[in-house]
Amino acid sequence: MGNLFKIAIRNLLRYKRRTLLTASLITVGVVFVLAFVSVAGTFKNMMIGQITDSMIGHLQVHRKGFVASIETLPLNLNLKGGAIGRLEKILNEQPEIEAYSPRVKFGGMFSNFTETSSIRLTAIDPEKEFKTVPLLPGRVKDGGKDLKPGGILIPELLARGMKVKPGDAVVIVATNADGSVNGKQFVVTGVMESATGPGGRDGYIYLDDARELLRMEDKQVSEYAIRLKDFGMLAAFGKKLDGLLAKELNQQGKPIFEAHTWEKLSPFFNIARMIDLMTFFIKLMLIAIVLISIMNVMIMAVYERIREIGTIAAIGTLPGKILSMFVIEGFCMGVAGALIGDLVGIGLVWILNLSKISYNFGMQQGIILQAGVSPADILMISTTVIFVSVIASLQPAFKASRMEPIQALRHI
Amino acid sequence: MALISANHISKEYRVGEVTVQALRDVSFEIEPASFVSFVGPSGSGKTTLLNLLGCLDKPTEGVLKVADADVASLDRKASAAFRGRTIGFIFQDFNLLPVLTVYENIEYPLLMVQKVPPGERQRRVTALLDAVGMADQRDKYPDQISGGQKQRVAIARALVTSPKLVLADEPTANLDHDTAYMVLNLMKKMRNELKTTFIFSTHDQKIVGEAETIFTLEDGKLNGAKSKGGNGNG
Repeated sequence: MGNLFKIAIRNLLRYKRRTLLTASLITVGVVFVLAFVSVAGTFKNMMIGQITDSMIGHLQVHRKGFVASIETLPLNLNLKGGAIGRLEKILNEQPEIEAYSPRVKFGGMFSNFTETSSIRLTAIDPEKEFKTVPLLPGRVKDGGKDLKPGGILIPELLARGMKVKPGDAVVIVATNADGSVNGKQFVVTGVMESATGPGGRDGYIYLDDARELLRMEDKQVSEYAIRLKDFGMLAAFGKKLDGLLAKELNQQGKPIFEAHTWEKLSPFFNIARMIDLMTFFIKLMLIAIVLISIMNVMIMAVYERIREIGTIAAIGTLPGKILSMFVIEGFCMGVAGALIGDLVGIGLVWILNLSKISYNFGMQQGIILQAGVSPADILMISTTVIFVSVIASLQPAFKASRMEPIQALRHI
Repeated sequence: MALISANHISKEYRVGEVTVQALRDVSFEIEPASFVSFVGPSGSGKTTLLNLLGCLDKPTEGVLKVADADVASLDRKASAAFRGRTIGFIFQDFNLLPVLTVYENIEYPLLMVQKVPPGERQRRVTALLDAVGMADQRDKYPDQISGGQKQRVAIARALVTSPKLVLADEPTANLDHDTAYMVLNLMKKMRNELKTTFIFSTHDQKIVGEAETIFTLEDGKLNGAKSKGGNGNG
């Protein structure tokens, strides 16, 4: 095998300029794919992090049917008494869970005594909520980050539009589960920026205040937001939790709970998928570059060396060995292109990070790009390039191995 | 027992719609350790016959046996393996591999065809380098040596596997007079030492003069055999 590599490398070096051009083409492809994958991947991870760590959590559990009606935030689909106890028992027994937070979600009217507007409210236990969505306190722009009973964190949109600032008194009016209306006065603790951009109308109040406002006599929860210790385990844990919750049935023998990962709850999942799709097409382009350039070079190599192929075939070289010689040439070119591309790609990402390129996401401005090249990406891209190089060499190599020695020796 | 036995062999080619009869009902036998020349004008069938003897092609009719193997029965892989074991080739244009040195070119059949162990390989290649007088050029590449030197390397490559048969197609065509004689003497010396059968296809009178048996081909037919040493009969 070592001799086949020696002959292959010498044949590649025999046509230095052509080999260099082809390897350079592969290198450029690898560099751009690596840079794109790392930058797009970093953006995607940052986006997912923002969505899950400042708002949704990694998963959520609701009463069956709640998510289908989530736009109206129906109070009659809240979890109550026994169901809450059964669910919390299940959640407490899962070692994969880092934290979870019960929430009550409802819609109401927000008034500064002169103007009134609609608001979506999430009632939380701040201690549990901040453990489950640790980036939430970071969204408070003005005022204190601590939410105390009687306090409210209001969205920036309402604060600006209705000229409300921390310390101001406001009133929330909400419809209760029985259809009656109740109001409660709150003090603005802080003003929050939206996690996803302008237009957010989400505010936060204390869990006990919501119960008082909504005249809930017993403990009720609209949803449980869950944070996992390892985000990479999301899909596996989602399945496990589905299995566990499926066993919890109501008196009619139907499931009480439903669990959803952030992917099913946030429209941003489609953006993440779009990024994945773009990455896929960029990789497809790399594959096309490698395939066409290697195949072109190998077809040329076979055509130029027909007499040599005839000679080695005549003196007894087996067809399989002739095939190997040309496949190894393609393999070597792929390895060289991938290796140099990886090194240059890592260098380019390093330079990008040094340049401190900033971008905006939602209301967050001036986020500094900190792209990272993962070993898995390097391995995957390199393996793809080398594999495609071998595939691209196969047809010319096969043609060389099937050549009739007499015809090949006659070739001028 | 004859090394080669050709029994009423014919070979036809199709060139477009036309069928070309390259060899017609040719029969002969060649004994081991012979020095044989096939002569004849261009298009007489010399190269076709050499291709058949070298298991590079198969006869359309008749039976051709080389070293007891029926050439027609060998498939692509088996004929390649048979050539590697039994036959050495010397080409008119030398056909050395340009990316290999003189030493590596001679070593190639032992390494890539026969898988001979390194020690034995080195011994055989070195002995042949000495025999063809190329020991001091061993690390040069083919484009760094002369035509005569290339042909000597080609001879060494053909002989390094100790084949029973060496086929040489116009081996002196690209060589000057003195070099051609030197190469010819080298082949005779090798024949005497290694008992290898040399078969030439040639116009060259120098080779014809040195051959022990001369077969004449005309229009694909064997028109007689002239034997000096009595090894061939037509």
